[in-house]
Amino acid sequence: MLAKRIIPCLDVDAGRVVKGISFVQLRDAGDPAELAAAYDREGADELVFLDITASSGSRETMISVVEKVSAKVFIPLTVGGGIRTVDDIRKILRAGADKVSVNTAAVLNPCLVKEGAGRFGNQCMVVAIDAKAVGSAGKAGVLNDLALDENSAWEVYTHGGRNSTNIDVVKWAIKVEELGAGEILLTSMDKDGHQQGYDIELIRTISEQVSIPVIASGGAGNLDHLYQAFEMGKADAVLAASIFHFGTYSIEKAKQFLSARGVVIRR
Amino acid sequence: MKITVVDYESGNLRSVIQALRFAQIDPTVSGKADQILSADALILPGVGSGNAAMKALEEQRLVGAIREFIASGRPFMGICLGLQLLMEITDEGGVDCLGVIRGRVERLPSEYKVPHMGWNQVVINKEHNIMRGISSSAYFYFAHSYYSVPADPNVVLGTTSYGIDFCSILVRDNVFATQFHPEKSGSVGLQIYKNFVQNAIK
Repeated sequence: MLAKRIIPCLDVDAGRVVKGISFVQLRDAGDPAELAAAYDREGADELVFLDITASSGSRETMISVVEKVSAKVFIPLTVGGGIRTVDDIRKILRAGADKVSVNTAAVLNPCLVKEGAGRFGNQCMVVAIDAKAVGSAGKAGVLNDLALDENSAWEVYTHGGRNSTNIDVVKWAIKVEELGAGEILLTSMDKDGHQQGYDIELIRTISEQVSIPVIASGGAGNLDHLYQAFEMGKADAVLAASIFHFGTYSIEKAKQFLSARGVVIRR
Repeated sequence: MKITVVDYESGNLRSVIQALRFAQIDPTVSGKADQILSADALILPGVGSGNAAMKALEEQRLVGAIREFIASGRPFMGICLGLQLLMEITDEGGVDCLGVIRGRVERLPSEYKVPHMGWNQVVINKEHNIMRGISSSAYFYFAHSYYSVPADPNVVLGTTSYGIDFCSILVRDNVFATQFHPEKSGSVGLQIYKNFVQNAIK
């Protein structure tokens, strides 16, 4: 059976990991390749690297990070942050990434998803969606087929959660699948950082509306939260940073926990 | 020992190259027919769509060279799309493939999520030296929407279950191919590269 995936997320700033597990045995805790190898040893099913570098010259730095990581680690690697063109996608994939994650660029230019999928395959196009609950009254705005309406529960945000878009998350999720996305990385902005659990309602809604895999993100604080995302949220994978980062739980322990509760996990 | 990896701009070649380096081989990476025909062993990787891949191989005039290499009996390994391309025809765009193995490529049934993405088990049907040191039901990494249906069940070395049981490892004489990505499947995947290289050296 297809196993549910546990995916640690590492934020990379100017070529250095700024949020990752504090592995005691590492010589250099900020080295992406060393951290990736440590996660791999622990049993991570995939890795996501998010480039959070603000400067415009970060592309080349990230490419060299991906090259170094892919020389050491033989599990799937997704890279996101600042990818805007088909050529950006090509360079990241050529450097050794298996998938790219696009967020703001997909909203601004949906054709990027279509072109990327057409050229490199659906399996390498991950669309990241930052979702935020809308008030009970909904919101009036520009009318188009993706706009929020009276039934909308979540709105799409871009630019790292700073900009609202008036786009309905459910409609956008269906749209990106049509465009050729192979996977959706779904982050709840309401839950992110609070460690009180994933937004189960959001994850289940999207997971049931699309036929591509959904990665749950935002809010994991303990192992039961991971279990809830799979069992109640119908997630295909969970992304987590903090619970692994602070050393509260190891991936190995998370896998034991989930496996004991009947979740199919690669051991 | 010259192992050529066919380069037709098909996504992540670097992981294949790194996996070969792990197996003590520095491969030749090329999209030229002469580099294919002069190789001791050939690897055809591939991600993306079957019709785009066939178009690229035709444009680079590699179809004949790959067929000729395989017919020569030298070791060949296909990965993911590289397995599907061995078939006669693919439903993905309805194009002809290399036609090395009789059979067709079909889309995965829609009752499960497609693409089939993630780690799934491979049940090995019979003993083969390419799977030395790997137990049956080990997990490998998959990322695909189509699967191959060989006409001759004897070429199926491994199967995987995802709504249907499909051929995840194919072996016939010098031809070996996997639907999963061994270069993305951790230590069990690297073992396959080692086995392929060792078999090729013999």
